[in-house]
Amino acid sequence: MRLWLRTRPAWWALLALGLLPLAWLVWRTFTDQLGANPAETLIRATGDWTLRGLCLTLAVTPLRVQLGWPELLRFRRLLGLLTFGYASLHLVCYAWFDMGLDWADIVRDIPKRPFVLVGSLALLLMTLMALTSWNGAIRRLGARRWQALHRSVYALAVLAILHFWWMRAGKHNFNEVWVYGLILAALLGWRLRRWWMKDHRA
Amino acid sequence: MLIRSSDSGFVHPAASDITPRVVFESRRTLLQHMAAGAAGLTLAGWAARDARAQMKGAGVLPALASVPSTLPGAQTMDKPTSYKDATTYNNFYEFGTDKSDPARHAHTLKTRPWTVEVEGLVKKPGRYGLEDLMKWGTMEERIYRLRCVEGWSMVIPWVGYSLAELIRRVEPQPGAKFVEFVTLADRATMPGVRGGVLDWPYVEGLRLDEAMHPLALLAFGMYGEVLPNQNGAPLRLVVPWKYGFKSAKSLVKIRFVDKQPVSSWEQAAPQEYGFYSNVNPAVDHPRWSQATERRIGEDGLLAKKRKTLMFNGYEAQVGQLYAGMDLKKYF
Repeated sequence: MRLWLRTRPAWWALLALGLLPLAWLVWRTFTDQLGANPAETLIRATGDWTLRGLCLTLAVTPLRVQLGWPELLRFRRLLGLLTFGYASLHLVCYAWFDMGLDWADIVRDIPKRPFVLVGSLALLLMTLMALTSWNGAIRRLGARRWQALHRSVYALAVLAILHFWWMRAGKHNFNEVWVYGLILAALLGWRLRRWWMKDHRA
Repeated sequence: MLIRSSDSGFVHPAASDITPRVVFESRRTLLQHMAAGAAGLTLAGWAARDARAQMKGAGVLPALASVPSTLPGAQTMDKPTSYKDATTYNNFYEFGTDKSDPARHAHTLKTRPWTVEVEGLVKKPGRYGLEDLMKWGTMEERIYRLRCVEGWSMVIPWVGYSLAELIRRVEPQPGAKFVEFVTLADRATMPGVRGGVLDWPYVEGLRLDEAMHPLALLAFGMYGEVLPNQNGAPLRLVVPWKYGFKSAKSLVKIRFVDKQPVSSWEQAAPQEYGFYSNVNPAVDHPRWSQATERRIGEDGLLAKKRKTLMFNGYEAQVGQLYAGMDLKKYF
């Protein structure tokens, strides 16, 4: 298993797996299987997959360290970029299918639904990370600055949950918010604990 | 640059202003005549299917006979939502908060035997059986727009009679000013009632004059059949000029009271949901705009949302109920 994870096909397999939800959504769109409110289905599905991608991306380091499997690191960038892809689609679906690309309507909508603003801010952070995700960017920025920038993924996790919670607050329906919130809290908590232990060892 | 006009193409005069009544009332007959062969085979088949698909249920539930309503406003010319969409996409929190939950979970609801308790300030209180209630008025088919507070809408052919018929029969006492509706909350059959989203049972209310308005409907069926469980069987309220949540489902109790009842949503979030909850594009929900709506099933993915109409398009009929009221305050 670990040997296979080091191979090229493993990377391609993850890419294929990561594009499956998108393929499924495209298929349902063109075969009219998105239910009574297709726009809503697409917006929610891309949002859900962004959250799942974020959880998976943030799980790479804890898994790598706990299992002692350094080869997992190879997949972190791909997972991050896939997550960015779903987040971008989420925004496109909102702006296009919900708002009809009417910018005046969007500008009016944002103060009404501040969670849209929170989501946009999260996507901005993701865009910065996606733009600096290639090897050359690490060299150009310097490892330290690059790492500082990419630590904004922790802020991103908090913004993503805030965005989801705020959206769901409309229906007093927090079950799924709790699920994602607890997973992300556990993943961030693991890091906090590690830093704390490092500090106290020194 | 996009050139936009204030005319949405949606606000037109009532069809009755243009087309002679006899003609527009026989619209569906015309479609059937087309189906009979007058307009060519392809078109005919298409028209017949269209006419049937719009107005008929799935044929699984018992039929409920009715006559077309002649009440002004009760026959909207908008294209009815498909039965499938109307029965698989709705809110009925007693069966879960997702709009696909009611269709999935409501099969557990037991609708027979069913009684409705009428109590409070009435001369003829009592516990009335469903079969009796169904005989208290002439079953009419009324095609109403339904606007959900969440920003989507449908067009549904309901079957029932004016709530006013029931109210007149039980004879409110002079002190009765409001009507409170209590709906079923059965932990055994309703999974949502076991969760804590709202305080159960679900309670709604109307001012007595609102409840007496002929457009306020006591519905027993839709699409020519009895109500499916997920849409509020065996009887529900339909108040077409108010947001959908005011139209309480699966009624078990109707109380006549002197004080304004506190509805479930008012209790859960008083700053967001008022007692009146009339459809009003000019008064936004605190967290989203109410100026537009997405018509389920009709607008394609790329179609723009349509403008929401004052009192959901029933202003001519119900506007006078709110004359002089500040609708921003009494939202």
